[in-house]
Amino acid sequence: MRTRRFLTLVVLLAFVLASVLGCTSEAPKPEAKPATPPPPSEIKIGVYEPMTGSSAAGGQMTWEGIRLANKLYPEVLGQKVVLNLEDNKTDKSEAANCVTRLIDQKKVVAIIGSYGSSLSIAGGQICKTKQIPAVGCSPTNPLVTKDNPYYFRVCFIDPFQGKVMAKYAVSNLKAKTGVIIKNVQDDYAVGLANYFKEAFVALTGNSKAILTELGYNTGDQDFTAQLTKVASLKPDVIFAPGNYGDSAIMIRQARTLKINAPFLGGDTWEAPDFMDIGKQAVEGATFSTHYSVAATGTEVSKKFVEAYKTEYKKDPNAFAALGFDAYLVILEAIKTSGKADPAAITQALTKTKGFKGVTGTITMDENRDANKSAVILQVKNGKFEYLTTVEPF
Amino acid sequence: MTINLFFQHLANAISLGSLYALIAIGYTMVYGILRLINFAHGDLLMVAAYVVFYAQGIFHLPLLPSVGLAVVLTTATGVIIERAAYRPLRNSPRSTILISAIGISFLLENLAIVVFGGRPKSFPLPQWLDIGSAAQIGQVTIENITFAIPVVTVTLLYVLLYIVQKTKTGMAMRAVAKDFETARLMGISVDRIIAVTFSLGSALAAVGGIMWSMKFPQINPLMGMMPGLKCFIAAVFGGIGNIAGAVVGGFVLGVVEIMIVAFLPDVSGYRDAFAFVILIAMLLVRPTGLIGEKAAEKV
Repeated sequence: MRTRRFLTLVVLLAFVLASVLGCTSEAPKPEAKPATPPPPSEIKIGVYEPMTGSSAAGGQMTWEGIRLANKLYPEVLGQKVVLNLEDNKTDKSEAANCVTRLIDQKKVVAIIGSYGSSLSIAGGQICKTKQIPAVGCSPTNPLVTKDNPYYFRVCFIDPFQGKVMAKYAVSNLKAKTGVIIKNVQDDYAVGLANYFKEAFVALTGNSKAILTELGYNTGDQDFTAQLTKVASLKPDVIFAPGNYGDSAIMIRQARTLKINAPFLGGDTWEAPDFMDIGKQAVEGATFSTHYSVAATGTEVSKKFVEAYKTEYKKDPNAFAALGFDAYLVILEAIKTSGKADPAAITQALTKTKGFKGVTGTITMDENRDANKSAVILQVKNGKFEYLTTVEPF
Repeated sequence: MTINLFFQHLANAISLGSLYALIAIGYTMVYGILRLINFAHGDLLMVAAYVVFYAQGIFHLPLLPSVGLAVVLTTATGVIIERAAYRPLRNSPRSTILISAIGISFLLENLAIVVFGGRPKSFPLPQWLDIGSAAQIGQVTIENITFAIPVVTVTLLYVLLYIVQKTKTGMAMRAVAKDFETARLMGISVDRIIAVTFSLGSALAAVGGIMWSMKFPQINPLMGMMPGLKCFIAAVFGGIGNIAGAVVGGFVLGVVEIMIVAFLPDVSGYRDAFAFVILIAMLLVRPTGLIGEKAAEKV
């Protein structure tokens, strides 16, 4: 009887421990608060990113960039900047909870995040209600900042990204027909697919150029039914925005089913895991993203690349670069407003103009989006190879 | 739709359906004996997949020994779970054990996130199962794994039916399923029989998890959730508690999922919803499932 109780207790303890660790793994421990609060000597910035779940690679890459920026620029207005990380587990409701926790418990003055437009939209609602400014690193869906005066971003948006890939398909690949396979639960994939379709139809001048649009759900691993349908239509290109893991599995199955049409996608494919899982099947897969080491030469980007290589012993990626920029943009806003106050920071962020970031010059337009160029990358010999830079048009 | 296209869809459906069937068997067996829906079953798939991943990636074991190791370790995990989380609750209301099973499921998922990390990993495959490994029959392309899964499923099904129907332990299992108390009075060690049931169920989960990862070579700590749910549907559809029913349910689910995309491409994004609609419809029309036993409630 006693051992039985003991075992139950052990399991319960392990469970509690695991759930606690699961939420806050890698998060810097919040400092213990003294009994009588002295004037704040530190500025708290919250970060919510998917550190686990299907978008974990994206969240982890972004966090690396944010942490690096914090290490290089640890102070503003003579106060220390402390980062508080929350893992949103690639889950919409968890994303909203994370933002609530950051604001109510950690008392952050600004928030960075999140990889994944659906997650940012969910978190953004809380920022709006509680009037705390947030800067997104890579959520590209227009709805993230639309009608939300507290949400900003340092990346371009999907109407542009969709146009870039449609133009690439039509002018470089001479594509006349295409199909779309998208994750219908993912705001990012649905939005990007629509913008691609619009641009592709306009560029080919054929309203039936997109032969069909097929969908799947988060967590689906079997795409053979969709792909068999695609094979029967014989399209010139396949546009398949979605997360890196599921897309890699899809492309593997396509190659096994002897579908040889090129696969095109969006910025979420930029993760080493895309090639680990897809192996030689993803060779030739082409996508647009925010930044490439090969495409830059500004002062701050050189500093970033160097620091990143010494810190993490690998080449930087777009998400780390955007995380780095998001942190710096907030820091700049705190500096110009002269105080770490959410309302003042929001005001200052609105006026961000010509900020020289790693990923380009950042100017917030009236929708709080950054108007920037895109780069196109392609998988070649198991590496991302830089193809070209596309300026806003 | 051309005849070739139809056969291609059918091949895809059989491939997916046999995988569902394999996992559903484990679900239904544990339920048949204990009247417990083991929600941690899906997470045992994940445990087995990670054992194979690490056995091959770090210890460089060949495929078969790592599969053997995975089956052994997953079985051990299943038995430990039963001992620690289910046995102490044997005399509690059934819903208590159900909640305990959900707790174990969360425990395994979160432990896996802490231990293995949240990023998906690429599952190592032997050459004959890797990209492009497929047989061509006329115009129909069939992945090699598609041949392996039904063979494994049917073999395990027969082994299991043999154990349950023909051996002394199997007879004891059936007796325990009918009535705990009477079985105990007849001199059957109920605890031991339940442990055996769990180890069989976990071994099935291990094989299912490995087959799943071979078909979809991307593993992550939450990978067991969706197959767990789908195969639960398959088991209920076929008649939970009935081993042959689980196989039928698995195949039906696979065929329905593929054919919805094939015939109604516009709603292809909602095929999971169809799986759940089928479950609800079945529960309304035939609560005991397709070939489920008549409500043989214990008195």
